[in-house]
Amino acid sequence: MSADRMTHLRRLEAESIFIIREVAAEFKKPVMLYSIGKDSAVMLHLAMKAFYPSKPPFPLMHIDTTWKFRQMIEFRNEMAKKLGFELIVHTNQEGVAQGINPFDHGSSFYTNVMKTEALKEALTLHGFDAAFGGARRDEEKSRAKERIFSFRTETHAWDPKNQRPELWNLYNTRVKPGESIRVFPLSNWTELDIWQYILAEDIPIVPLYFAAKRPVVWRDGQMIMVDDDRIPLHPGETPEERLVRFRTLGCYPLTAAIDSDADTLEAIVREMLIARTSERAGRLIDHDEAASMEKKKREGYF
Amino acid sequence: MSLPAEIDTFADYLAAHENKSLLRFLTCGSVDDGKSTLIGRLLFDTKLLFEDQLATLSNDSRKHGTVGEDLDFALLVDGLAAEREQGITIDVAYRFFATDKRKFIVADTPGHEQYTRNMATGASNSDLAVILVDARQGILTQTRRHSFIVSLLGIRHVVLAVNKIDLVDFSQEVFDQIVADYVEFARDLGFETFVPVPLSARFGDNMLERSERTPWYTGPTLVEHLENVPVADDALARPFRMPVQWVNRPNLDFRGFSGTVVSGSVRPGDPIVVAGSGRTSTVKSIVTQDGLLTKADAGEAVTITLDDEVDISRGDIIAAAGARPEVADQFAAHLIWMHDDHLLPGRSYLIKIGTRTVSASVTEIKHKVDVNSFQKLAAKQLGLNEVGVVNFATQHAVAFDPFAQVPQTGAFIVIDRMSNLTVGAGMIDFGLRRATNVHWQALEVDKASRAAMKFQKPVVLWFTGLSGAGKSTVANIVEKKLQALTRHTYMLDGDNVRHGLNKDLGFTEADRVENIRRVIEVSKLFVDAGIIVLTSFISPFRAERRQARDSFEDGEFVEIFVDTPLAVAEERDPKGLYKRAREGLIKNFTGIDSPYEPPEHAEIHLQAGTATPEEMAEEIVSYLTANGYLE
Repeated sequence: MSADRMTHLRRLEAESIFIIREVAAEFKKPVMLYSIGKDSAVMLHLAMKAFYPSKPPFPLMHIDTTWKFRQMIEFRNEMAKKLGFELIVHTNQEGVAQGINPFDHGSSFYTNVMKTEALKEALTLHGFDAAFGGARRDEEKSRAKERIFSFRTETHAWDPKNQRPELWNLYNTRVKPGESIRVFPLSNWTELDIWQYILAEDIPIVPLYFAAKRPVVWRDGQMIMVDDDRIPLHPGETPEERLVRFRTLGCYPLTAAIDSDADTLEAIVREMLIARTSERAGRLIDHDEAASMEKKKREGYF
Repeated sequence: MSLPAEIDTFADYLAAHENKSLLRFLTCGSVDDGKSTLIGRLLFDTKLLFEDQLATLSNDSRKHGTVGEDLDFALLVDGLAAEREQGITIDVAYRFFATDKRKFIVADTPGHEQYTRNMATGASNSDLAVILVDARQGILTQTRRHSFIVSLLGIRHVVLAVNKIDLVDFSQEVFDQIVADYVEFARDLGFETFVPVPLSARFGDNMLERSERTPWYTGPTLVEHLENVPVADDALARPFRMPVQWVNRPNLDFRGFSGTVVSGSVRPGDPIVVAGSGRTSTVKSIVTQDGLLTKADAGEAVTITLDDEVDISRGDIIAAAGARPEVADQFAAHLIWMHDDHLLPGRSYLIKIGTRTVSASVTEIKHKVDVNSFQKLAAKQLGLNEVGVVNFATQHAVAFDPFAQVPQTGAFIVIDRMSNLTVGAGMIDFGLRRATNVHWQALEVDKASRAAMKFQKPVVLWFTGLSGAGKSTVANIVEKKLQALTRHTYMLDGDNVRHGLNKDLGFTEADRVENIRRVIEVSKLFVDAGIIVLTSFISPFRAERRQARDSFEDGEFVEIFVDTPLAVAEERDPKGLYKRAREGLIKNFTGIDSPYEPPEHAEIHLQAGTATPEEMAEEIVSYLTANGYLE
């Protein structure tokens, strides 16, 4: 065994870069889905590395539900500008017109309309034949089963019982017009890997990941941040200022905060190592029903 | 997992964590040998489960569990709804855990034979295989099949996990017998390390902790072994190879070649060769966003620039000039077939090898391998999950290494052209000599000069349609019209081909494919001779017609669909064939008990139900005139 053998993180990095390059070389019109979270931050960083000194030959796309944390939107615009990416922002306008929101319509229906349907609409609109996503296999059981190059039919559906074999790093990228592939370059990363890599590479992330005093209210035993005045407060309820941070980011009404004083990357990784709750617990949409992620994914969710 | 209090030591702790090595392994074996349970137990014992995951597990165990009141660890890994309902594993799941020494990525693969391709998917990226055996059952067919496939895919380290040892009273005798049986059949599979462990995944015996209930066992526990087994990848010791993924050209001053070094290492100043073209150059620099490197090792993703302007594109392999890959358009390979539709020799597929995708077909199935006895059996085709040794011919020469020497440049996948599915996985054994020795003579008398003498553009008019559709009738009129215009033509149809060139062929699917292949080859020779060729064959399969089209240059192939409804063709029945097929006297008759796949993009689509043969022939001649075939 050689002394300069590659470490765990370097192996993951090289694997992801290979995947990203393969997509750029083989697809006609790829796009990188950018969700602004920590995984997206790592994916973006890897895309920059993959093509240096060129710029990545594909745009970023954000599906904006209009309910993201304000700091996320600021961060998104800053990053796209700084790195020189074309940024496509897509919102399901029909959903907006109908006033679909997470409070009145339930997280399941809301997610379907504002995220899944919006995503499918945007992919079809632009005719993308490949879309990168930052999902990891350690997040959830149905993700653990998904290929790195995951085939989608013309209606963006996933058939988990009938996936293409995927051998070595010989990815089958062939699709017919209308069909597409979702590509997950971070498949083999764990949450801890992501944080260690952010730490090692000093990758910028949304400030919401760091502990700070934030106004929160309690909903079903979870802390929800009051990011704007659209969240209905109960009679007599006043948001409580609390030292919190987020392990995962999404729509603010659906993303629970955790008590934490971790205000540096080192402190976050340290907290990770003693964490006893998995990160998806902070995502309210996963709890809706058993096997909920698989169901959503079959319908076209990332 | 304990945390040191001081931040300095925490930094050390982090550093240690970052510098762990990674072991990728798979669990495999027969159904119900407890693969998923074993992984669930590993996650549980290494404290990789979070509280909410445990709560979900406890819920699920009550709902779907198969072990009474206990936690059913298998439910941690079987993530698909269908799997949980049926209590089986359909597809490979990836799980992650770590100990103080190593990080692990586990591929939990299905045991059912029908899902072998998913097992192979998991195995292809693993360094080690944990092969499970139920102590009560001993070695089963799937144990042999999985061991064989694991060996084929290049895995050299194996753990034989004799599971459910609690159910045979922790018997050493049972264990020893299973190990002896395994060693007996696995002798020739080429495993470098082989460690048998008696264990109970459900109760944790010899998983992390040594079990007091197997005092006779002196070897390592499963986790001890996984932490310590040296699986040093010898990729570094092999010659330098880098398949080019992407030509990096941000501006006119920079031209780099991006790819991952798959074997060996490279430094600025090293002499390299572009396998295929044989052009040589010297490495100028190794570029990354983190700066120039003085050396890139196997596994690193880099961008290389060269001293000379060399023509290199995606699919080429940049290799050590002193140790070149083979270049050939024919090779012998082991092939695992992964689709319900059989592999048919002669049919055109795509293969992806490294970063290159080329058309290829199997010229010969030398034999298939019985996975139980490992005996060689004669075969005309390969079915789902069968393994064979075959010869491949590719449309263009490709660069490769034998899989045993450099797996990364010796492996390929087979893709069906019509469905785009991955239908096979191959490992190259060696290039075939005759391919390397046959060099095309560059002749001064060539296709263009022959065609010019005849004042025509050679072309194949490929008539397809049902038996009795009127293909030959129309083709005959077209040929007469062309002769009247003093054009040089030749007609190939069932009558003149089946009686001579192809008289050894019957009407099975395999024979039909071969029939068409020969027609294509003969047509090619005629086209090369400058002739306008008319072929009249049912040619019911899109794949064959696609292959025909791909065998010619652009504009040399005109597909003519003689579209006659089945009822009309059957009514005509000029040779009485439909009648006999209906009576069951002819098998595999197109339209009756064998499908006809209509063309999707035929150049000429003749509505044979409504137009007369004369009108249709005129339509074809008009097409040829309008498209410049008849100068």
